[in-house]
Amino acid sequence: MKKEELIAQLKVIIKPYTTNTEAFDNLTEDTDFINDLSINSANLVDIVLDIEETFNIIIEDTDMQRMLDVKTAVEIIETKLSEK
Amino acid sequence: MRKRVVITGLGITAPNGVGIPAFTHSIKNGVSGIRHDAQLEELQFSCQIAGQPDISDELKSEYFTELELRGFNSTGILYGVIAGIEAWKNAGLSIENNEDPDWDSGTIFGSGTSGIDKFRESIYKIDELQVRRLGSTVVAQTMNSGVSAYLGGKLGLGNQVTTNSSACATGTEAILMAYDRIQSGQAKRILAGSTGDSGPYIWGGFDALRVCSSKYNDNPEQGSRPMSASAAGFVPGSGAGALVIEDLESAIERGATIYAEILGGNVNSGGQRGNGSMTAPNSTAVQQCITNALINSEISANEIDAINGHLTATTKDSLEIENWTKALGRSRNDFPYINSLKSMTGHCLSAAGSIESIAAILQLHEGFIFGNINCDDLHPEITALIDPLKVPQKTIYIQPNIIAKASFGFGDVNACIIFKKFQK
Repeated sequence: MKKEELIAQLKVIIKPYTTNTEAFDNLTEDTDFINDLSINSANLVDIVLDIEETFNIIIEDTDMQRMLDVKTAVEIIETKLSEK
Repeated sequence: MRKRVVITGLGITAPNGVGIPAFTHSIKNGVSGIRHDAQLEELQFSCQIAGQPDISDELKSEYFTELELRGFNSTGILYGVIAGIEAWKNAGLSIENNEDPDWDSGTIFGSGTSGIDKFRESIYKIDELQVRRLGSTVVAQTMNSGVSAYLGGKLGLGNQVTTNSSACATGTEAILMAYDRIQSGQAKRILAGSTGDSGPYIWGGFDALRVCSSKYNDNPEQGSRPMSASAAGFVPGSGAGALVIEDLESAIERGATIYAEILGGNVNSGGQRGNGSMTAPNSTAVQQCITNALINSEISANEIDAINGHLTATTKDSLEIENWTKALGRSRNDFPYINSLKSMTGHCLSAAGSIESIAAILQLHEGFIFGNINCDDLHPEITALIDPLKVPQKTIYIQPNIIAKASFGFGDVNACIIFKKFQK
């Protein structure tokens, strides 16, 4: 899967959890979930569950803890997909 | 001098009316909210009728964001938030989004349990070894204070935000706790109320106790029969009632509508001594609770125009009337008018006290005593104590000045409030 495609899918997942639409519209790899998108930290748990379901992968707790921005999320998803 | 405490906002999600206008219409016209419940029938409950507020998806989305509704499965929080926000707006208060919360306003919103359906869903997931897939909202939906936490956040409340719990006395107790806090100058206004979940997992324990009405499964609207000779148990209900309780000075300053004044009240317990037990009230404690409420309110028993009773439609109704006659020293045609909202809503359990208090307050504000339904065959033990005319079968339009409201709950706990039509 291409990176752009992956980010597009990630955007669909993230959308309901963000309250900052401007930052969401201008989302890049450097976008931070909490600081830029104003996502409630508790909702990161839900985002991980949604990612697992969409990509049919399992994300370990250690990966989850560092998954705080788009770049890291993409890296983790790519690694998990390549392991399949 | 004690601060005067008044009611400036009302909100309700009751089985026979969601929103104050619909509810007022229902209680004036004897409209029952009791329906046949397919789920209870499927689960082979002896009582297959119940009272649930009718909440459309459209209404839900007016009070909750799309995100909040993801995986949302707590009827108690749903009812409480809708009633609470209605009361807040009804009081003419706005929802601000400032950096600081509103330090002068809080909420005391009672509940018996919270999100019991969410709890059930989670228990199944946990037992299937899926604990990591529960999602982020299980705690907020199932903690008993879930309802006050949701309300506190939506309204930005900065004073006390808590949930009290005292079984079927919860709602009445919440109002008295708010009264105390305002009277002592610790808050200007408190959103007080209570909520109760719907469904078999909350009602099952009562069905098991054989205290629910089981003979009217084919005639739901006739199933809740407080004070009737043919009463045979209560009909389970649910919903929420919310009241903005406010310091009189603050209410006047804001130019708010004042629905009624709280003169005072009392809460106590029979300690499960004497004829009291986990499930039955100690009569001495009930009478003392009423008497102490009068003393606290600085009124005499003769000033009470009407009683909004607990009166659930079990065998204890006659005993409750007897306790009122003894506590007030009034009987026969000297007894005040008395009614029970449960004839139309069923027993809304932890929500009962707040929903029924709202009915009492509407009577003071608009000038009526709502009629009881399903008790044209008054129990002979009741007619032996009081004049049947004191139990109106149809709504009467008079101007009551003072109404006493009492609630009693499991654990032998009691609460009694005295409401008065507001005069400057």
